[in-house]
Amino acid sequence: MDLAILWFVLIAVLWTGYLVLEGFDFGVGMLLSILPRGAARAGVEGRDKERRVLINTIGPVWDGNEVWLLTAGGATFAAFPEWYATLFSGFYVPLLLILLALIVRGVAFEYRGKISDEVWRRRCDVAIQVGSWTPAFLWGVAFANLVRGVQLDAAHQYVGGFWALLNPFALLGGLVTTVLFLLHGAVFLALRTDGDLRERAGRLASALSVVAVVVAGGWAMWAQAAYSVPWTWVAVAAAAGALVGVVVMTRRRKEGTAFALSAVALVAAVVLIFGSMYPDVMPGLDGGESLTVTEAASTPYTLGVMTVVAVILTPLVLAYQAWTYWVFRRRLSAEDIPAPAGLTWKRIKDAAF
Amino acid sequence: MDALDLARWQFAITTVYHFIFVPLTIGLAPLVAIMQTAWVRTGDERWLRLTKFFGKLFLINFAMGVVTGIVQEFQFGMNWSEYSRFVGDVFGAPLAMEALAAFFVESTFLGLWIFGWDRLNKKVHLACIWAVAVAVNLSAFFILAANSWMQHPVGTRFNPETGRAEMESIWAILANNTLWAAFPHAVAAAFLTAGTFVAGIAAWWMVRLVRTGDETRVALAREVYRPAVMLGTVTMLVAGIGVGVSGDLQGKLMFEQQPGKMASAEALCEGTESAAFSILTVGDLSNSCEGVRHILEVPGLASYLGTGSFSGEDSYLPGVYDVQAAYEERYAETDDAGEPISYTPNLALTYWSFRLMIGLAAGSAALALLALWFTRGGRVTGNRWFARVGVWAIPTPFLASSFGWIFTETGRQPWVVAPNPTGIDQIRLLTERGVSTVVSPGMVLFSMVVFTVLYGVLAVVWGRLMHRYAVEGVPDVVHDESPEARADDDADRPLSFAY
Repeated sequence: MDLAILWFVLIAVLWTGYLVLEGFDFGVGMLLSILPRGAARAGVEGRDKERRVLINTIGPVWDGNEVWLLTAGGATFAAFPEWYATLFSGFYVPLLLILLALIVRGVAFEYRGKISDEVWRRRCDVAIQVGSWTPAFLWGVAFANLVRGVQLDAAHQYVGGFWALLNPFALLGGLVTTVLFLLHGAVFLALRTDGDLRERAGRLASALSVVAVVVAGGWAMWAQAAYSVPWTWVAVAAAAGALVGVVVMTRRRKEGTAFALSAVALVAAVVLIFGSMYPDVMPGLDGGESLTVTEAASTPYTLGVMTVVAVILTPLVLAYQAWTYWVFRRRLSAEDIPAPAGLTWKRIKDAAF
Repeated sequence: MDALDLARWQFAITTVYHFIFVPLTIGLAPLVAIMQTAWVRTGDERWLRLTKFFGKLFLINFAMGVVTGIVQEFQFGMNWSEYSRFVGDVFGAPLAMEALAAFFVESTFLGLWIFGWDRLNKKVHLACIWAVAVAVNLSAFFILAANSWMQHPVGTRFNPETGRAEMESIWAILANNTLWAAFPHAVAAAFLTAGTFVAGIAAWWMVRLVRTGDETRVALAREVYRPAVMLGTVTMLVAGIGVGVSGDLQGKLMFEQQPGKMASAEALCEGTESAAFSILTVGDLSNSCEGVRHILEVPGLASYLGTGSFSGEDSYLPGVYDVQAAYEERYAETDDAGEPISYTPNLALTYWSFRLMIGLAAGSAALALLALWFTRGGRVTGNRWFARVGVWAIPTPFLASSFGWIFTETGRQPWVVAPNPTGIDQIRLLTERGVSTVVSPGMVLFSMVVFTVLYGVLAVVWGRLMHRYAVEGVPDVVHDESPEARADDDADRPLSFAY
């Protein structure tokens, strides 16, 4: 098999890992103000406890999930330098916004509980939500543009500018990833929480999967009609089936199956995206200059080295990450959340003897 | 400023900032693992208290290292896309390997360590922090492999058709002698940083408790903080020697591989035998070695650092003029625009960053001896100056590391990939050729300002949290030996630690 094509597939696999895993933790982040009961009903403390349930379901794993992005980025650099260079310099503004979002989000997860103070917690909640909504939307915009095609010059430089990235097809693509991640996060919460939260997450997931069928379905039809190839209809059908399955399974309280199905929907989305791009890594807009898999690829030697590394290490990564999910499999509910352990003014004063 | 200068400033700012958190992470992870090992093996609870105390500081720091690290990987493509095109076939591999082999391990097992205190068996839990400790050091190895290739490209051929570098042997890249000098140097510096951090905080606490005169507090100082001071100072001493030895090795390699860097570190105009190492020099800001006046010198020392000989023919050190002439002849006199190329790095910057790196690192290592004297034979001290010096020592290895990187990166200029004198001449790239061509100066300026402001705010938050958690001191370890609590230790208990 041609190593360049193998690596095109492997890059798709790494992005799948990223979107499936970080997809749900983006979803959980976006639901931080939506799913917990309002302060009017639950009280400020009750609302905060439910928020902490949400954050703790992804606490042990969000950082490991984010490494899939670093790996996808690093692997693109190594296997397709030309793609990495053109894409990252061309999609400068969206990537900058994503980076800023991931920075404030990561810091907010880790530092939120370190200070026991209402204002501090609210600020961190804002950071988590902005940091989750922004990339959830922008990854969709970026990938939809790769499906649609971008304006390249003969030297494989992106010359379309920033505003050209905000076309209707791409904006709808952003909406698709946002809805899919929201759904994925809601299903994940239905799987990982207990009691009232589980009920609400399940109901929300059913509703969201109907929205997802409409939004993602509409976008996929558009993609199929205008930019894609016939065989990716299979992916579209699989995604549609999976999203319907999510509704059925959450109603039957089979959250594990529902989660697997919403993951299938994301896998199908990656298949559709990469299937549409092939044989290019950056298709040209309206049949213009494009950057093909072969043109962008590294030498066979480098690809060979990377293949050996990936073949040995990826299964190991999957094994220990799977083990992590097994270790933290217990459902959480608001009763499990201990009192805040962060620094308070009283503790700071006590420490000062 | 044009896009090139702005992109260079942005890289400098984000990298130096990232490397505030990195050395502490690299050094502190193994130290926390050692503390926890001491607890698991002996059951002695003071080590558990120290593990939890320094573990918390480690986590506050680790978070910053993670979020600023993503920027580093993206930045090559965003601001330096032409560099990425030229080197991607070679340079991308170590970065991808770092993610797959090291970063996955550290982030996953750190999650297990944080949340797994009661969920995992004691030994498995201990293995998690060791996995983190090994992985952060492995991370350093791969990143330095990539950087060392920029300093001294090996294992690479040039493809005249594409005009790009192509990997010939991954083994040659991982066996690069520059890497094997830089890796121990950076890791030893990281241990020096972490050792100073542990010793400094523990010393401050020890003094503070002893000064109360209260019996239980003095006992706490003796039993808990004194061992931490010892662990920190021993680490500092060993690491200090390691930094010196590996740095000496690096200096000699640098003399062979990048003579321009060595010449500018000395601000030496003309080549000379038995070159002196100046401690104080005054010059103007024109970046000309002519206006430089050496005021205080150690004869022959610069020659020794570069060549291993103080005097004689072997001690010859080329000056910046010699390097300029040699590079003009071998590579090019003018760049693409027809402008003459200056092969002299910024003299004042390389000169002073080199000295500050050495001075600050040596200074903090020397303080370890002072600490050992004050704590000899089981003593604890209430000397207020000891506490002050301990606290003031904490930033010095951080600064030394920063100056080390500023020296090694700016000393490589005008190259982003320095040519290998015994390698293929075409494997070289001027920094000005590496910058993205489609990104406007305004865009780079915008992103630089945003990163700088955000990083500034986060630095304040990080600094305050580190300070307050350090001032809080070691936690009490609570024992709940009731049957219910014991039953809870099983997998049934959903959360032992929560955000």
